[in-house]
Amino acid sequence: MADVVGYRREVPGSQPPHLHAPYASTVKRAPTRPLVYIPHTLSEVTGPVFGHDRVRPEDADLTKQGAGQPIGERMILAGRVLDGDGRPVPHTLVEIWQANSTGRYHHERDQHDAPLDPNFTGTGRCITDAEGNYRFVTIKPGAYPWRNHHNAWRPEHIHFSLFGPSFMTRLVTQMYFPGDPLFPYDPIFNGIPDEAARQRVICQFDLGLTEPEWALGYRWDIVLRGRDATPMEK
Amino acid sequence: MTDKLIPTASATVGPYFHIGLTWLNHTEMATAATAGRQIVITGRVVDGNGEAIPDAMIELWQANAAGRYDHPEDGREDKPVDRSFHGYGRSRTDNDGGFRFVTVKPGPVPGPGNTLQAPHVVVALFMRGLLKHLYTRIYFADEAAANAADPILGLIDDEGRRATLLAQPGPDGTYRWDIVMQGDNETVFFDV
Repeated sequence: MADVVGYRREVPGSQPPHLHAPYASTVKRAPTRPLVYIPHTLSEVTGPVFGHDRVRPEDADLTKQGAGQPIGERMILAGRVLDGDGRPVPHTLVEIWQANSTGRYHHERDQHDAPLDPNFTGTGRCITDAEGNYRFVTIKPGAYPWRNHHNAWRPEHIHFSLFGPSFMTRLVTQMYFPGDPLFPYDPIFNGIPDEAARQRVICQFDLGLTEPEWALGYRWDIVLRGRDATPMEK
Repeated sequence: MTDKLIPTASATVGPYFHIGLTWLNHTEMATAATAGRQIVITGRVVDGNGEAIPDAMIELWQANAAGRYDHPEDGREDKPVDRSFHGYGRSRTDNDGGFRFVTVKPGPVPGPGNTLQAPHVVVALFMRGLLKHLYTRIYFADEAAANAADPILGLIDDEGRRATLLAQPGPDGTYRWDIVMQGDNETVFFDV
């Protein structure tokens, strides 16, 4: 069997390290030994493919999961999922989760003294269309405190999980909002070494996506790992 | 030639990923209809203090018993697809850091060149405190000959370190495989 075409390796500075001491939880959880470099084989370049049967169109609207409307600033969040060559990644699963507008997660372990919203679970999912587009309707999440250091607050963010065409394109990340005053203090955001790479995890306000009398629009494109041009050398 | 785009930076799943990701939990990967030898893989995830990590998520990806991946890039017609088995698993860890998957033992799959890879499961590991997920593999300790010839295991110089990837067989088709983030038995993670 011919050798497989692998995926491109990490661009230095573009991804956070495993050990990032300002984020205290990394200290006892990051590997201490160097990762072992391996070539990509059929096991790496394949991966799970999810059919449309698991995802319903209404799963992309987080404002319609309760009996009433959730409290907060209604927003449309849309963008494209692209590969490393700028081509759309069609028909791939996008999962999101977030705090409500008060900065509280609908999760038993979140004991932040802020109200839950009975009409907001903060979870959504969709499948990208043929052009790699995704679109959610949600409520802008609030900032919230955490115990990483004294007076620590997370900037407003939405968690994303994507698969792409192989297990190598798997991505879990967090998307932030423009101009957040908490950016300088957040060790997770600042765990990304390069300034340009940090800017790429911030969405942009988009008046064209905004719907009059109804919801603000934000746009954010996501780039998954690209492919090598030629088969791997042994 | 167009400029390459740099992939979006990864971030931790955080402590509250369950609300968004457990809907796709899949720990019973094999059913009675699935071809091959049904096995159960259990283990624990522990941190550098040896303490349980109760907020991790493990994803598995593997070939079926014939050694065929359920994916468009595995087009080997001589290896049958099993319609009852897709090869993907996802589980959160429990309060003791534990996880459990019911699956089938994968068949061998091709490696680089003309090599054959020993039966293995690819693992992606996510947790609070992990800014980007880690990849590792589960091999099976009762496949000694295949493991000895495996081109990926062969890239790990130290035998003791190789052993961290070997699931140990127990009674009734069970295998034990722990993930140790740091220390003497630190699991081998791969740079892929």
